[in-house]
Amino acid sequence: MIFDIEINDLVKTYHEVTAVDHLHLQVQRGEMLGLIGPDGAGKTSTLRILCGLLKADAGECLVGGYSVTKQIYQIRALVGYMPQRFSLYPDLTVAENLRFFADLFRVPKAERETRLERLLQFSKLGPFSNRRAQALSGGMKQKLALSCTLIHTPQILLLDEPTTGVDPVSRREFWAILKDLRDQGVTILVTTPYMDEAARCDRVAFIHKGKILALDTPEKIPDLFSGILYEITCDDFVRAANLLKEERDIASVQIFGDRVHVSGGDDCKIRIAIDNAMGRSGVASFEKNKIRASIEDVFVDLMR
Amino acid sequence: MNKQISVQVNDLSRHFGRFVAVDHISFEVYDGEIFGFLGANGAGKTTTIKMLCGLLLPSSGSAHVKGYDVYKETAKIKQNIGYMSQKFSLYDDLLVSENIEFFGGVYGLSVRELKTAREKALREFGLEKLSGKLTRELPLGWKQRLALACSLLHKPKILFLDEPTGGVDPISRRDFWQKIYELAQSGVTVFVTTHYMDEVEYCNRISIMHSGKIVAMGTPHDLKEQYNKETVEQVFIHLIDK
Amino acid sequence: MHNRILPIIRKELIHILRDPRSLTIIFVLPTVMILLFGFAITFDIKDIKIAILDQDRSQASRQVAELFTNNQYFKIAADLTNRGQIEPLMMDRTIVAALVIPEGFGADLVAKPAASLQVLIDGSNANTATVVTNYITAALASYTMDLNSGLHAPVVVQPRIWYNPDLDSTKFIVPGLLAVLMMMICAMLTSITIAREKETGTMEQILVSPIRSYEIIIGKVLPYIVVAFVVASVVLAFAKIVFAVPIRGNLLLLAALSLVFIYASLSLGVLISSKARTQQVALMISLVGTLLPSILLSGFIFPLFALPKFLQALSYAVPARYYLVIVRGIMLKGIGFEYLYLPTLSLFLFGTLLLMISMKNFKTNLEG
Repeated sequence: MIFDIEINDLVKTYHEVTAVDHLHLQVQRGEMLGLIGPDGAGKTSTLRILCGLLKADAGECLVGGYSVTKQIYQIRALVGYMPQRFSLYPDLTVAENLRFFADLFRVPKAERETRLERLLQFSKLGPFSNRRAQALSGGMKQKLALSCTLIHTPQILLLDEPTTGVDPVSRREFWAILKDLRDQGVTILVTTPYMDEAARCDRVAFIHKGKILALDTPEKIPDLFSGILYEITCDDFVRAANLLKEERDIASVQIFGDRVHVSGGDDCKIRIAIDNAMGRSGVASFEKNKIRASIEDVFVDLMR
Repeated sequence: MNKQISVQVNDLSRHFGRFVAVDHISFEVYDGEIFGFLGANGAGKTTTIKMLCGLLLPSSGSAHVKGYDVYKETAKIKQNIGYMSQKFSLYDDLLVSENIEFFGGVYGLSVRELKTAREKALREFGLEKLSGKLTRELPLGWKQRLALACSLLHKPKILFLDEPTGGVDPISRRDFWQKIYELAQSGVTVFVTTHYMDEVEYCNRISIMHSGKIVAMGTPHDLKEQYNKETVEQVFIHLIDK
Repeated sequence: MHNRILPIIRKELIHILRDPRSLTIIFVLPTVMILLFGFAITFDIKDIKIAILDQDRSQASRQVAELFTNNQYFKIAADLTNRGQIEPLMMDRTIVAALVIPEGFGADLVAKPAASLQVLIDGSNANTATVVTNYITAALASYTMDLNSGLHAPVVVQPRIWYNPDLDSTKFIVPGLLAVLMMMICAMLTSITIAREKETGTMEQILVSPIRSYEIIIGKVLPYIVVAFVVASVVLAFAKIVFAVPIRGNLLLLAALSLVFIYASLSLGVLISSKARTQQVALMISLVGTLLPSILLSGFIFPLFALPKFLQALSYAVPARYYLVIVRGIMLKGIGFEYLYLPTLSLFLFGTLLLMISMKNFKTNLEG
């Protein structure tokens, strides 16, 4: 198995704040790995270290087999990095931005225009090639930014929260593009604060306070949930939730819309506790169903 | 849940030149309800919210917020609403307590009212220990709490939230929503606009807007059943791709 | 040319041309400043308001008074009858000088080897006071000469002023202004353009390409050399047309040496931007770092030899100092390169030194 990204015992601190705390992570060639975590978890620092924008305090990173500390220019030719903030020139048109980055990476002139055509087609930005970047919608900007990072056909893509602030339709389209790239053999490391995007990756790594909490396929992640989860449907769910909280055998109570999720360690005890609380609430009828934990449930569980 | 109407919208439209941002929408929201507003960029969510806040006049139709007319009684509406966004404009270089005092002052609280409101906000949101800290030093989850506290100082009857918990860790988010449920239970109506499907699931009822129209409305659960989809996001995409 | 510099240049030119507002400021600001400075700041003083107290009332005293009535530099603001009137007039700034011709002046002139006059001058503005004193002395000197003409002549100094015979201060200010303006614009333009890319995040996107720091810097500096050169030409044309400032020397030489100065100033801008993270900081540093030194420590207004020793030493680090020698030399004196290689070399070394420091400082990462 070839690893395109290997991170060993990485540490990065800013003054006294530890952003990355002895982090280990390996990304296989041709996989799409999602680094999921809240703001401030260390996602951006990690990506920036991988493309040489920040220096690690300790630890070793290999990207495409090259050392981040010693062979950064080889890495930069191999990697496409998309920063979190929209980082293209707003006063340049779509085509001008693409050409600029092509030249920056010394894409041969003859090849430049063919790649440009292909990227415009693939990102569906063709009709807007003469529009200035500032006049694009959020989703289109993200696609342009991605296209610019793809212009030198990188083997490895590092994407920092590419879908933050993008509406769901554009977001889905963006993920479809990433999947295509993955299928073509590109290695992708993508960060996101959205739990619901985990399902779109081959593997998911939870990152929190600079450490990886868990790493697995999205299908297997729910199995990491340590307890049992029930969903309760009833009329006065707010009142029910308050009563459920009083039960000793229920570890957590969370309202979701018009339902209540409760969790605990022992299936039998929870069921008794639920019936107990619901009985006291005087609610005429309620329904309780055992459900599979969501990715967010697992994350919360691991954080505690 | 008491079914007192809090916001009533009838046949409301707003044009910008030839562009129809909001196209004859009607809905009702009740006291104590958490109402989600979904839609792609440019679907008309922001325009609708702005009209309900008294920042934009409708082109036609009618809307009442807490019984006040959005055409004529905007000042009264503004006294009754609170607004908090993820990009909430807290002052980074002010102390936590100074931010609270500033926003209380903006809403015209008297010195004595301000003092009680500040104490109450610090206590209820667990910010007492942080009150002497600079706002920029707070972790994101705490900033969001502070933003919420600031938007509630004048005891609004209706609270507008714009992507309130984007990027926050899930535990802080759950704590935040816990607060929102408590507020709703005390009768405050909460409007949520978001792109964030994780947030949508917390709403009692949601509406999906597309090209200025409301194309679907209901509880997240009902919508998923109605369209036979697993997630609200799939419902959303299904409706918009049509 | 290196093929990664070219795309930077091309992009930079697009930025410049697509932003007509900034472009206008780049051209309008120097023009307005040169008009303001050229017209408003002049060290020549005209219409000096003077009062005359003639206590002698002789023919001689009337002749002396007449010296000031028919003179473009003076304006009689009051004819006085007693000394007590002088002070109030001086206090409310009706007059800046008073000439007192004492009783017996005419008689003394005939009987004694010398007669005396009293001149009272408002010294609250030392600069004006000096000029006024000189003018009055000069006016009286010419009168003395007329008186002496019949007699045997003492030593008479006949000064001839070269290069700017009528001592018109616009002619010496405008070339200096060119230096100040060019330095300010160059430093500001480059430091802002780099800081802007840091602020908007585009720098991050460029830095992850295999580009080297010197490629970014050269690509950034070259287009602005062109812009600054065009601005310099506009300012110069303006100076020539509006203020009739002569260009006695070789125009091509002036252009060539101006390029060297622009190079040095742009390098200063690059150095500033390698430290400044936001456009605002870049703007502040480049204003403070260029405007003050190039006005105060370049010889633009205050002669360098009159400065305290340590300020004189400091002035060697101000590129405008060298350029002033060059620009005044070529425009007013009409001298050639043989007199100017030293300041030119200094400018070139200055620019190269700064540029090298900046390249060393300019990291292709986001640290520091």
